Amino acid sequence: MACWRGRSSPWPQVFTSDALGHAAYTGALAALALGVDARVGLFAATALVAVGLGVLGGRTRADDVVIGSVFAWILGLGVFFLTIYTTSQSTGNGAASVNYLFGSIFGLSPAQSVVAAVVAGVVSLALVVIARPLLFATVDHAVAAARGVPVRIIGVGFLVLVGVTAGEAAQDVGALLLLGLMAAPGGAAQRLTARPFVGLAIAGGIAVASTWVGVILSYLVPSLPPSSAILGVATLAYVGAALVARARSTSAGERSRSLAGATRRFRTGAS
Amino acid sequence: MSATTAAGGWSWNVVTDVHQLFAYPFMVNAFLAGTIVAVAAAVVGWFMVLRRQTFAGHTLALIGFPGAAGATLVGISAAAGYFGFAILGALVVAATRASGTAYRGFSEESAVVGTVQAFALAAGFLFVALYKGFLNGVNSLLFGTFLGITVGQVWALLLVAVVALIVLGLIGRPLLFASVDPDVAAARGVQVRLLGVLFLVLLGVAVAEASQITGSLLVFALLVMPAAAAQRFTPRPVAGLVLSVVIAVTVTWLGLVVAYYSPYPMGFYITTFAFAVYLASFVVRYLVDRHGSAPARALHARVGT
Repeated sequence: MACWRGRSSPWPQVFTSDALGHAAYTGALAALALGVDARVGLFAATALVAVGLGVLGGRTRADDVVIGSVFAWILGLGVFFLTIYTTSQSTGNGAASVNYLFGSIFGLSPAQSVVAAVVAGVVSLALVVIARPLLFATVDHAVAAARGVPVRIIGVGFLVLVGVTAGEAAQDVGALLLLGLMAAPGGAAQRLTARPFVGLAIAGGIAVASTWVGVILSYLVPSLPPSSAILGVATLAYVGAALVARARSTSAGERSRSLAGATRRFRTGAS
Repeated sequence: MSATTAAGGWSWNVVTDVHQLFAYPFMVNAFLAGTIVAVAAAVVGWFMVLRRQTFAGHTLALIGFPGAAGATLVGISAAAGYFGFAILGALVVAATRASGTAYRGFSEESAVVGTVQAFALAAGFLFVALYKGFLNGVNSLLFGTFLGITVGQVWALLLVAVVALIVLGLIGRPLLFASVDPDVAAARGVQVRLLGVLFLVLLGVAVAEASQITGSLLVFALLVMPAAAAQRFTPRPVAGLVLSVVIAVTVTWLGLVVAYYSPYPMGFYITTFAFAVYLASFVVRYLVDRHGSAPARALHARVGT
């Protein structure tokens, strides 16, 4: 069965995938409205937006109001295409919107899962190739640039990878929920370890495990939609990781808290 | 969605068109509800944009979705679910903010927000799936609808909006102070944190109101875009608030009229019109900055915009 490889993005670009999700929905429905295969629109829209964000993000730091407004409008466009699709195409049905918003992992054909597997393999390979410089550029942008790492190209390349992954995930859990599947395992892994490659493995493991467990759960409980189950498991994994991290840091935390308290007392006493 | 077919269609005779528009009680209700929501969202949104809390607003809107779907599932009105979940969500956001130095870097914060948002949507989808035969209801919960608004709902919206605006009127001046310069405000004895919590609750209320017209996913159209455009047009608070309300109400009315006469959904029109105004604010600002009068330039130089 189709299994999306969870190459999560543990870096501060979670909102990029949110934005890409919106674009994926509109792209898919625009393609449907034009009578093209929805996946063409899906990947075209996510890749286009990824490049756009990468290029713009390099020049100016667009603020949240601008990003939010643009993507709210893009979603509005998506509803517009949805109406065109449902009213003009004879095969159109209202379920298309729900499928692309919330995914339909059970609706994937064998051919679709083969395509998904190939795309996932290419993405993983590309990520492995750029992994080391990307990590460098992410952790310390300025130093990496000074050391001759092509920061811009790597940034745009990574966003394209995120875009393609978003297009993949949109078919499984839907445009709205892919953010969770990219953010929750990545966030959980970062809670558990600071080491990058171990973290990547954990993130991938959590994403795959929550997909499998979610699919099995929703098979056992027919009224439970697979997307909700997958996201529920992923969220639980994140909460679990947070609890483990907290329990682990309690002893260390106690010490640093008392130290902080002592510092504060010292400061207030001095002033 | 939006299965209204106007009896006569658009005729370019504005008087008869308007007359025809208001001949249906549901259209009158839609206009009343839309106006109330637009005013509340524009005013609260102005403060939200000023305080840079747009993603909090977005998160609250997504939390409202399972509220509305869950309320429909257990058989109470969707409005109760929107208000309940959005206000509860606001309190939770306020609690996590208040619990001190939770900011361990942006990536941590955004992973939490992303997970919460996706989980809220997943829960909403679960409720929708449990409530069978609700497939088109998803689209109206997410993208808004103006059909089937009852007189009772209009009164509820009005009551909540009036209470919210009165509270905002009472805390308006200190809130403005606390938003523009929290440190100085705190030093002058303003209850910055209390104001922050109160404002988040008001934001939850405004988001819940806006969701009922624009749907959970498109609240930005009424909450953010008019306010952001207004702040680009003028830095003065009162003028900005008035302008924000004018833009939001105009956009809502235009959206309702056009959606009534066309087969396409209202959410699309409201976001498109609001986005057009927002884009126009950039253009106008650019032109003013280029060819602006000397006093205007001096003013901008003084307020530092």
